[in-house]
Amino acid sequence: MSNILVLIEISHRGEIAASARGLLAAAATLGSPVAVVVSPAPLEDDDVARLGELGAARIYSAVTAAAGSVLVAPAVDALGGAVDAYEPAAILTANSVDGREAAARLAVRVGGSVLADVVQVSSENGTVVAQHSVFGGAYTVESVAEGGLPILTIRQGVIEGQAPAATADLQTVSLDAREEGVAIIDQFNDDAAVSARPELRTASTVVSGGRGLGSSENFVLVEQLADTLGAAVGASRAAVDAGYIAQTAQVGQTGVSVSPQLYIALGISGAIQHRAGMQTAKTIVAINKDEDAPIFEVADFGIVGDIFTVVPKLIEAVKARSN
Amino acid sequence: MKIVVLVKQVPDTAEERKLDLATGQLDREAADSVLDEINERALEAALRIKDANKGAEVVAMTMGPDDATQSLRKALSMGADSAVHIVDDSLDGADTGRTAATLAAALRSTGFDVVMAGNESTDGRAGVVPAMVAEHLRLPLLGSLISAEIADDGVSGVRQGEGGTLNVRAGLPAIVTVTERFPEARFPNFKGILTAKRKHVTTLSTAELGVPTGASRTVVVSTVERPPRAAGRKLIDDGTAADELADFLVANRLV
Ligand SMILES: Cc1cc2nc3c(=O)[nH]c(=O)nc-3n(C[C@H](O)[C@H](O)[C@H](O)COP(=O)(O)OP(=O)(O)OC[C@H]3O[C@@H](n4cnc5c(N)ncnc54)[C@H](O)[C@@H]3O)c2cc1C
Repeated sequence: MSNILVLIEISHRGEIAASARGLLAAAATLGSPVAVVVSPAPLEDDDVARLGELGAARIYSAVTAAAGSVLVAPAVDALGGAVDAYEPAAILTANSVDGREAAARLAVRVGGSVLADVVQVSSENGTVVAQHSVFGGAYTVESVAEGGLPILTIRQGVIEGQAPAATADLQTVSLDAREEGVAIIDQFNDDAAVSARPELRTASTVVSGGRGLGSSENFVLVEQLADTLGAAVGASRAAVDAGYIAQTAQVGQTGVSVSPQLYIALGISGAIQHRAGMQTAKTIVAINKDEDAPIFEVADFGIVGDIFTVVPKLIEAVKARSN
Repeated sequence: MKIVVLVKQVPDTAEERKLDLATGQLDREAADSVLDEINERALEAALRIKDANKGAEVVAMTMGPDDATQSLRKALSMGADSAVHIVDDSLDGADTGRTAATLAAALRSTGFDVVMAGNESTDGRAGVVPAMVAEHLRLPLLGSLISAEIADDGVSGVRQGEGGTLNVRAGLPAIVTVTERFPEARFPNFKGILTAKRKHVTTLSTAELGVPTGASRTVVVSTVERPPRAAGRKLIDDGTAADELADFLVANRLV
């Protein structure tokens, strides 16, 4: 079976990124997954076991002092080394900030071709076929690399399931640290402690708030409904720009794309750029006081009304029914 | 300091954008073409450096069809000093790899201290071209910055990462990409529009750049359109809508 390299991101605190599961699952449908990991110290036994559980048949562990102080370049060097060692049929990275830069640089270095923001992979007669969701899900496009090693960046949170567990075979190499032509990391500033709420990209229910909330104090209403439903919290760009909530909550064209079972839009007009990030949701509910708001064009259930009267009642009504 | 800003003409996101189902390529007739908003923010960042330092020179560079001159004119009217247009029929439908190789060759010929771009364009959203250009030119990339300081001895900034931000820096020359957290672009003023007409636009072909003209290596094999969503029930709240919605959610096993 051909080798499929997977770039596994490790946070500066040493945690395996959440994207690892989906990436290894996708790799297992194409061949034998080889996890490529860059870290400042040799991998802990726990990490080796965990990557095996997630389906890594082999682990190419590159150890370098530069791992925590040089941006992306160590990952590219490690992938380059792993390409020589494993002659892979394809390479997968997360479509994350680091993942796509690593994929891009590697493509130039090894003469590969990038298939970007992929939502599903398959293999047809040995050719890797990448599926993309374009223009907010309006089109499904399949592409292949006709020349050069296919390098796929996989949209985070879209690959379901898990690869069969394996006992990973560990190969550790040490990587020289380059100082020339690289960007240096001076400091990591972690986000405030992650909430107990589900992650936006993979949540089955998302409650999003828009400019209609009016203030960050009022935005709590969105969080209250989300907590009642066990949902993740999203937002429109207008709500993010107004400072009601962090940018990472932005759903849409230039934010996160979500496809939950249920999407509830509160005080969101439904501009085309917002819809581009949520219109593939299974069921859409909108509450907006403007009867002509475009969000109603895509809503399965729309309420023309004031969120400040409807949402508190909805919270009570849902609680009453779940008792 | 010479700053080259990579700009891209894209279909306006405010309209319905379409793909040609036969070729998988963009249907350029479907939506108006505009200068991508994220590139405008990159240009704005470059122009602010020029505002503060009259010695700075800002060049807008694009690779695109004939009518991409519209976007270059906009960049010039906002305040860029000159523009470079890489235009060549053989670049039709170029993938990210060809685009980056071509831009890198053009950047070698114009020279620069800093290259600025948006982190991802609204049409492709691949977000790989600047990093590919950086690799071709063997330069550091400070990508996805939410703020930046650009000085003669280097660039530094705050990068938006997955679980937080990072403070990063690099020496010059370097490539910087900005996210939409950067300030919105200025509007061209009357004087800017008038002077733009006199500014120089250099056109370059692939032959002049000495880049290969072969076909793109990534190809679209199928394009399928999703049926549009239909609107469902819409109620005007008379005090009972919340209850009806709760019933709907329960009936559909959504709570
Ligand atoms: C290139 C580009 C990319 C973009 N990317 C994104 C993106 O990724 N995500 C995104 O969301 N936007 C994006 N936008 C912005 C988008 O065009 C809209 O400006 C934005 O989505 C509007 O957010 P909103 O619906 O919250 O605000 P508004 O359009 O101002 O709508 C607020 C709504 O709240 C309603 N409302 C007010 N008070 C109440 C109340 N008490 N009860 C009920 N309803 C109330 C109003 O009727 C109104 O419909 C992008 C724009 C551009 C140009």
